[in-house]
Amino acid sequence: MAVIPFLIIFPFIVGAILFCIRKNRVRRGFAYVCSTVIIGAVFVLLAEWLAAGAQVMTFYYDTHAADMVILAGEILLMLLVIVQSIRYHKYWVMLLSIIPTCMMVYLELAGPKVEEVGKIYVDHLSVLMALIIGVIGGLIVIYGAGYMHGYHQHHKEVRDRRYYFFMIIFCFLGAMFGFVFSESLMWIDFFWEVTSVCSFLLIGYTQDETAINNSFRALWMNLFGGVFLALGIWYFAYTEGSVSLHTLVTNGSHGDSLAMIPVAFIAFAALTKAAQLPFSTWLIGAMVAPTPSSALLHSATMVKAGIYVLFRLAPAMTENPIGFMISFVGGFTFLLTSFMAIAQSDGKKVLAFSTISNLGLMVACAGMGRPETVWAGVFLMIFHAISKSLLFQDVGATENALHSRDIEDMHGLINILPRLAVFMLIGIAGMFLAPFGMLIAKWSAFKASIDTGNILMVFFIAFGSATTSFYWTKWMGKLISFSHVGEHKFKDITKRNELISLTIHAVMMVLLCMLFPLLSTVYVDPLLREMFGISTQVLPLSLLFMLVFVILFVFAVPFLAYLYVRNYRRNVKLSYMNGINVGDNKYFTDSFGDHKRLWLSNYYFHNMIGARKLMEPGQLFMTAFLIVMLVVIIGGVVA
Amino acid sequence: MNIAVLTIGYIFLAPLIGGLLDGIDRKISARMQRRVGPPLLQPFYDVIKLLKKQVITVSSAQTFCLLSYLFLMVLTGTMFFAGWDILMCFFVMSTAATFLYFAAVVTSSAYATVGGNRELVQMMAYEPAVLLTCVGFYLAEGTFSVGTIAQSRLSNILFLPGFFVAFVFILTIKMRKSPFENSTSHHMQQEQVKGLTTEMGAQNLALFQVAEWYENVFLMGVVGLFFVNENPSSYIVAGVVILLVYFLEILIDNSSARMKMDDMLRITWLVTLFTAGVNLLVLMLVKLF
Repeated sequence: MAVIPFLIIFPFIVGAILFCIRKNRVRRGFAYVCSTVIIGAVFVLLAEWLAAGAQVMTFYYDTHAADMVILAGEILLMLLVIVQSIRYHKYWVMLLSIIPTCMMVYLELAGPKVEEVGKIYVDHLSVLMALIIGVIGGLIVIYGAGYMHGYHQHHKEVRDRRYYFFMIIFCFLGAMFGFVFSESLMWIDFFWEVTSVCSFLLIGYTQDETAINNSFRALWMNLFGGVFLALGIWYFAYTEGSVSLHTLVTNGSHGDSLAMIPVAFIAFAALTKAAQLPFSTWLIGAMVAPTPSSALLHSATMVKAGIYVLFRLAPAMTENPIGFMISFVGGFTFLLTSFMAIAQSDGKKVLAFSTISNLGLMVACAGMGRPETVWAGVFLMIFHAISKSLLFQDVGATENALHSRDIEDMHGLINILPRLAVFMLIGIAGMFLAPFGMLIAKWSAFKASIDTGNILMVFFIAFGSATTSFYWTKWMGKLISFSHVGEHKFKDITKRNELISLTIHAVMMVLLCMLFPLLSTVYVDPLLREMFGISTQVLPLSLLFMLVFVILFVFAVPFLAYLYVRNYRRNVKLSYMNGINVGDNKYFTDSFGDHKRLWLSNYYFHNMIGARKLMEPGQLFMTAFLIVMLVVIIGGVVA
Repeated sequence: MNIAVLTIGYIFLAPLIGGLLDGIDRKISARMQRRVGPPLLQPFYDVIKLLKKQVITVSSAQTFCLLSYLFLMVLTGTMFFAGWDILMCFFVMSTAATFLYFAAVVTSSAYATVGGNRELVQMMAYEPAVLLTCVGFYLAEGTFSVGTIAQSRLSNILFLPGFFVAFVFILTIKMRKSPFENSTSHHMQQEQVKGLTTEMGAQNLALFQVAEWYENVFLMGVVGLFFVNENPSSYIVAGVVILLVYFLEILIDNSSARMKMDDMLRITWLVTLFTAGVNLLVLMLVKLF
């Protein structure tokens, strides 16, 4: 399958070319073509793989040259980090890059002889990841071309470096493809570092002080995870003479105690990438980056790399201390960050907190390490990727038109910017309402935690889903109200390419919801069979039929209600305001006899559950927990 | 056969039963306050009159939201009485409740929005207890299916007393009874006028009212589910308990003053954690050993 190396290498080449094109229009055209090629290539991959019987395949056993290229790339990355940390006087950060790189170089050149494995591994999970990365990534590039145009129009203070921006986006796509197809842990480590550095460079795009600080926070946290990844690989290579991910998982799932430490370390590294507590702050800080990068890296794909690794490791985490560590961190993060999301009014911050929160649920699903929970996790991942990508893009487009991304300013968005408001409503509905997939996945995760007797998870999910509904619903309520500022007109400056991407996302969202039972039997069940070796029907057939019925009904009711109401005659009057309305619903007479604007606002409970109150205690608690658990796990192996 | 009767019975009779319960409620409340009170069928007269009135509204989208609320509520109850998945019932119910919230805020009226926002906090307050109740049934019977739970050998109340307390506690919120009627006050002259329903008039208010009846019958059904078992005579016990619980709600309603919203949230969550939590722990430990 030549399409896999193509998917990995092609984006890097495109990135390099884009860097050289300095004419905006030419670059845009080229980026469109290339992202379409990538989307096409992903489907070619899917078709070829299906034609070959949709089974596990490994390729490329003899890859000495490629290994050397990757080694050189790793050293290059280290140099880049060194230069950047000297330039911005953050000298200690470079240590986090030098240590793992030296370890990897040593391991490659002077390490023990490791078993020869195919470097590329294709199965249901990696193809699924490739589909998410390719389709969503490609669409975000198309969106980004339009968005960055609007962005630079109203952010004159930021130097226009779009060539640089798109170069990194494409390099990132290549690295993600490499990441999900790699079987060799050495390769995984390299692509892991590439995504960390890409994220760092994109967060620092605006080059102001906050951006630099936040980008370095993201860098050191991700590199810190990278150190653990390298330690895990190193340990595994020296004790068992292998750098194969699947050997590790197989050994781990058979209870091999030597595999415990690498599994724990790699899972720990995944926690940093998935921005779980105590490492959540980097993702919040990352929101200073332009929206396409937030959508692509910090919600739809890069953070999912952490989840992907945890899914891979899931069979090795079934009912052991590592699984407990991971599922507890995930569950705790899910609950705590959903509280923090309530207290936010900045749209992008809400999205960031809810991303961390949902990632927490996926992490917990992986940590419980059972087919049902991984089933739930996979669906959470699919639906989350699409609806979050949609929401981020939509908030970005709204910000360009409204010059604000505060949810309070979106009051009455349905009247101000109707198109964007509808997309936003679809995206939000996908995040929590019945019968969208997120909810079904939650149902399954809930059931599985009861089955495994994981009482803590039961509480995390019960309370966490209540808080989750709260912050989403109040956002939706804002959108559908009447505008406070009806007299001020905003122009919808959303470009056609942005709309194309938004529309495709929304359609995918609704389609997936309808095809959900099919997707489960045709794709996700075989995925679980590959992973756990046993066949499980997670959703009973009766429930599937019920779901189809509920889905049809829930879609049909509002639609029919709308048709019924559309031509209905009614008498529209002013709202009740104690008789002191001033002509319309926007003003009332205050106690001085002046006209005062009516201003409606949501509840935020800043003082009770704000990030300032909860973040630090949460981080401290989780740090302590992780240290204790790691010591217990290492101690259990050594003793 | 039995299921078909129950399901069709719910769709057609629930508003009658709900309205009748509402009438009893008003009668008993009046007696508690030393008034004579309206006739038993007054709620029906009210709804019929509302339906006949000219439709005056602040937002034309309100009817749409309320219709969705009503039909999703009917779906919730129908799924329940058809013996489907209880967790799914509550998921659909929360979608229905979301539409009610929309019906309030879509008007952008000051009072309705205040009520709507409070309704959201109430939803957040009762949702954990509702989800944990489902967990309780699942632990006791090994399934979420209402049909199977209702056919259990022993009444589930024996295993789930803590969950029952938590559920009855949040019932006060769900039925909009004092001290938790934060989102719709009983009386116009209070600080939020009528809260959530301030801007609902004529047909819209009637829709809301009927949906509430459907909802109450569904909730009483859940109360009954704690008591029924394979023995048909248990249905009589369930019926008696439902009436007692309903009376209890009326009593609480008439003997307490409204609580602050954040106190409500805190107390509800504490009660949920304590009663349902302890019950859950015991059940899980029993299962383990």
